[in-house]
Amino acid sequence: MAGRTLRITLGPVPYLWDGEAWRDFYFRIADCAWLDAVTLGEVVCSKRIHFTQPFIDAVANRLADAGKQVSLASMAMVTLEREAMLTRKLVEASPWPVEANDLSALGLLSGKPHLVGPFVNVYNGATARMLASRGATRICLGPELPLASVSEIIAASPGTDFEVFAFGRLPLAISARCAHARAKGNSKDNCQFVCQDDPDGLAVDTLDGQSFLTLNGVQTMSHTCQVLLAELPALQQAGVSHIRLSPQHCDMAQVAETFAHVRDLRIDASEGEARLRAIYPDVPLSNGFHYGTAGADWVPAAAEQVSA
Amino acid sequence: MELICPAGTPAAFREAVDAGADAVYCGFRDETNARNFPGLNFTREELGASIAYGKARNVQTYVALNTFMRAGAEQLWYTAADNAVLLGADALIVADLALMAYIAESHPQQRLHVSVQASASNADAINFLVQTFGAKRLVLPRVLTVGDIAALAPKVACELEVFAFGGLCVMAEGRCSLSSYATGLSPNMQGVCSPASHVRYREDGEEMVSELGGYTINRFGADEPAGYPTLCKGRFHIANDEGYAFEDPVSLDVMEHLDALRDAGVTALKIEGRQRGKAYVAEVVSRLRQALAATPEQRPALLAHLRRLSEGQRTTAGAYEKKWR
Repeated sequence: MAGRTLRITLGPVPYLWDGEAWRDFYFRIADCAWLDAVTLGEVVCSKRIHFTQPFIDAVANRLADAGKQVSLASMAMVTLEREAMLTRKLVEASPWPVEANDLSALGLLSGKPHLVGPFVNVYNGATARMLASRGATRICLGPELPLASVSEIIAASPGTDFEVFAFGRLPLAISARCAHARAKGNSKDNCQFVCQDDPDGLAVDTLDGQSFLTLNGVQTMSHTCQVLLAELPALQQAGVSHIRLSPQHCDMAQVAETFAHVRDLRIDASEGEARLRAIYPDVPLSNGFHYGTAGADWVPAAAEQVSA
Repeated sequence: MELICPAGTPAAFREAVDAGADAVYCGFRDETNARNFPGLNFTREELGASIAYGKARNVQTYVALNTFMRAGAEQLWYTAADNAVLLGADALIVADLALMAYIAESHPQQRLHVSVQASASNADAINFLVQTFGAKRLVLPRVLTVGDIAALAPKVACELEVFAFGGLCVMAEGRCSLSSYATGLSPNMQGVCSPASHVRYREDGEEMVSELGGYTINRFGADEPAGYPTLCKGRFHIANDEGYAFEDPVSLDVMEHLDALRDAGVTALKIEGRQRGKAYVAEVVSRLRQALAATPEQRPALLAHLRRLSEGQRTTAGAYEKKWR
């Protein structure tokens, strides 16, 4: 295998979970030996922050004590003055490295070592190089990028760590409007936190009954769960240093273990996929973005070898 | 306020100029712009001639280079920027950070506008782009209310341009992969959304079904006109309900907020629709030109006519009104 061992990271919980449940999820994650780094924080909706705020210090400390690299994510969309203030405060006062997920955080972090999250558009090596020169040490690339782009970007920005979204429902869009609240008859401003009723999101099916998308507050996600497992050798070959697992409402410690076992060649990718289907049942897998086709597609590993 | 008008063809460009545009925006015939549709856009020669036509009539030309540079093919975007500068573009509309950096460095005199696709939705983000790349104007994403815009304008060191009429993105622009999830083609990468190449209509009994990438986006009864399957304006099934999950098939119309936008400090109003025909562009431009000059009392009559152009669709003020959220 070329290069360093792929490190496994856990992205922020995208959904609104009850505060105690959120804390307990991370306490279990702290005991999961397979994860090297954890990014915490509310990325989707500022209205949710008070649910997890009381627990975030305890969770961050527990994760750090367990040897995880901890970072705090900024919000993906900042429109209100209150959100701008929160972003400024995060950049100024965070005891942990900050992951920028919008251009305001990116600008405020300039000159300080920081991480760049998947919501900042990095589509080419020139952008990655520029961000690195301004202090980015690790960039999590957006899930839409095909392997060809991932390879080009990494080759153009040596010395930067690159992370790829390897497990989870794909974050596809974010809106000023809350489709989740609307689906339950509420507006965003009087949402009653109905997204909390759906700890793994709310399914959007087509009128012909096809599973399609998932609502998560103001964010729209895929129905499928992206899984890049058979693709790990190709990602590592391309120079990817970290793979990101995005928390779903399932046993994420087992998901991390499965990725680690495939990475370490203890089990093969098809066995790993079978395990993931058992750990996170009823959700179809996808990997199309990696191959430059529709993101919802599932390209079997054998087909990849033929086309390669 | 300035009126910024779309042109997908040289003919539409001339119509927009003649109808009273302050500036016309357009793009090259390739993936460097976000309306990369078959049969649309400008060759180098056409752009040069159009810029000259505009200049002779004191109308500016903005060139949209507002997709994200594909890794390994950056030269296509750099060359497009060089060509647009050479041809005399008054401003370049850009979304990609590295392309902004290239223009700021290689063409420091060139006026740079930040595209809506860059998704800069707050003062810190906007001032970052102004300070880093010398951006002179920013096109705001359709995620802010008129009140938010009024609060924002005094805090930013550049002009603000907002969408006023035409197509409406429901999702924050530049941050939407819905189209590529269903089809493999996206606004950010290929400059297309819900592309016609992946659209299929099929009859199912009495109903017409519209599909995108094999997904049913809508079903229409015999009494309903079948609309184009733009993903975020489809009808879906959620929980036990069926309906327009994200947005109805409406278009944007902020005519009732013209004075509020002017008072908020907005410099320019943008009309969406580079894919529209020249007659549409001319009509919208001339009506809006009259509406801007009219008193609030005279405006409704002028605008009623304009609404009929929205293809029988209903219109919305979208995110500009708080209740839309």
